[in-house]
Parts: sequence; structure tokens; C-alpha cells
Amino acid sequence: MNKDLSWLKGGLLLGIVFLTAIWMVKPIGVSTQFVIVDGIVWKIFSKELIQHNQNAEPEYSSTNAYLNKNNGKYASGIANPVNYGFIFVLSMILGGFLSSRFSKKKIQQKDKISPKVWRDKFGENHNKRLVYTFVAGFLVLFGARLAGGCTSGHMMSGMMQTSVSGYLFATGVFATAIPIAIIFFKPKK
Amino acid sequence: MTILLAVLLGTAFGFALEQAKASNPNKIINMLRLKDFHLMKVILFAIGFSSLLLFLLSSMNWIDIGHFSIKISYSGVIIGGAILGIGFAVGGYCPGTSIVAAGAGRKDALIFILGGLLGAVAYMLVFGIIKDSFLFNKMGGAISLVETNPLKYEALINNVSALFVAGIIAIVFMLIAFFLPSGNEN
Repeated sequence: MNKDLSWLKGGLLLGIVFLTAIWMVKPIGVSTQFVIVDGIVWKIFSKELIQHNQNAEPEYSSTNAYLNKNNGKYASGIANPVNYGFIFVLSMILGGFLSSRFSKKKIQQKDKISPKVWRDKFGENHNKRLVYTFVAGFLVLFGARLAGGCTSGHMMSGMMQTSVSGYLFATGVFATAIPIAIIFFKPKK
Repeated sequence: MTILLAVLLGTAFGFALEQAKASNPNKIINMLRLKDFHLMKVILFAIGFSSLLLFLLSSMNWIDIGHFSIKISYSGVIIGGAILGIGFAVGGYCPGTSIVAAGAGRKDALIFILGGLLGAVAYMLVFGIIKDSFLFNKMGGAISLVETNPLKYEALINNVSALFVAGIIAIVFMLIAFFLPSGNEN
């Protein structure tokens, strides 16, 4: 019985966090912060990337069209990374670490590189897994930026607020993800 | 104060995602293969439960309607979602769960994050070229099904109570979560 209801425990926990976040601050979102990290690194090599002018409106602007969007919102986040959105996402690393420490069932070493479903199909060749995961990460963040949000921001936070964009996003995601997962991981023979 | 909230809520979110097994790529991929509905139940229940309480609390004015944030609907939302879906299926991570999984010690998640950082740079570089293309054709703008914050956003359903409609949707989500079969794969 206890095991059967583990999904309910997870759902309640996640639901409470999503609700508390919008109640106290704003809806949860993650993928924007990948842009902020990129911008921080980019800024080290290019001093001209972000301009700051206290008397101008908007205060922060960028030579990059994307960072300049929405009145320099991303440019401002790159110039001042100690802000809610960025610290929130960094803290998620700590949350994942603490949860894995508290869990009785530890993640096995080989599961830390290739999940079982991957090994069943492609064997123990971890290099292949890492190459594919890198490309997967590229597609996921490229797609998330084009969509203007990811699973957290569009699907969870969006559908919670009955946003039409959340439903459109979920339709797009599952339209490719389900057939590709079925075909890509189809067992041999 | 906001920074303290960011630390507390971010840690709680990471903890919840890991506890719910959402940061386990095996669970994600087997959900997408329609073999294990554990995470589908988690997600549907979380959306329904938080949505019901959100509209209940905002109808009692306990939640500031200024906190609603409805994103714009445009064609790129579907196309971007479809591109994301390819990587989601192959990698078994989305942006949030990859960060949590890295914290839990998964090495493939770190590689996923590096790929993600490069993907985001690629988008920053092409945005200037695609920004006036069909990808940004509006599909209704910042619009929700029910009324959220009438000063900022439009709603498709205006003449019925927001709590009533959102409540029905929320309950349907939770019921589906209850009735979907539990997976037997780990």
C-alpha cells in the first residue's frame, strides 16, 4: 500500500512547492537561468556585451538581440546574478543532493551515467550515452528558449494557472517525445 | 529576504523533484515509452492540486493576483516544445531535473547541462535572425482559460467563476492521476 502511493507523496510535495512559490514570490521557472550562466561566461570575454547606464531606460542593455529583449531583462540578470531566479536554480542542486543523501535507496554507480533503459538497448558503452546526452541537452535548451520556458515554467506553472501556452507547450513536447522514446528505446530482436 | 526565499524554495523544489523520482532519467524515459506512469501521476496530481489551491486562495484574496504570470502563446511555443521533446526522450532530462540530478550525483546530467548551456548560446546567436519569422506568430497572446489577473491578461472563459472552471479542470487532473495504472518497472 505504502509503495503504491509513493506517486501521491511526490505529487503533494511538488504541488505544495509550486503553490508556495507563486504565493510568496512568482511561478517557478528554470531554463532562463541557462541563458544567465552563458551571459556571465560570455561577459568575461566580451566587456561590451552588457551596457549599464543608470539614467537610461532600460538601465541595462546588450549588443546581443536576445539579451536585450524585454527591456534588457536578461542583461540585467547577467549584470546582477545574485537575484531570486538565479539563486533559486542554484539551490535546486542542494535540494537534489540532500534528497539523495536522505534516501534509503542509493543511486547505483552505473545508473549515474546510463539509466537501465539505456543499458538494456545500447549496452554498457557509456561514451555513447554521454555524446547523446550532450546533444539532448543542446536540443532541450534550444527548444526551451524558442518556446519561452520549459517543463517547470510552461507545463507545471503554466497549466497550474490554466495558461493556454502551457497546454500548447505540452502538446508540442509529447508529440515528439512519446514516439521518439518508443522507437529509440525499442528492445532489439 | 528574497534571496533567503530563493534558497529555501529552490532547495525544497530540488528535494521534491528528487523524492518524486523526476530526476531519474529511467523513470522519465519509461514514462514517455508508456511503460511506467509513476511520473505522469505525480505531474498530473501536482498540477491539479496546486491549481485548485491557487484559485481557491486567490478567490479569497489570500494570493496577490499580481503574482499570476501568464506566458504569451505563439507558434514557437509548440515548435520549441517539439524540439525539446526530442532531447527529453533521448536524454531523459529536462532543464530543472538535470540540475537536481547533477546535485544527486548523476554524471550524465552534468553532460546534459553542458549541452544545454551550448544550446542556449546557439539560441542567443540565432534569435536576431529568426525574431521576425513565423516562429513568433501570435496565437492569442498572453491568454489563460479562466480569469487570473484581468488587468494584465485575457481569459477564454469570462462569464463563469474562475474557481469553478479551474476547480473542475484540477479535479479531472487529480482523478486521472488516481486512475492511471501504477508502473511495475523501477
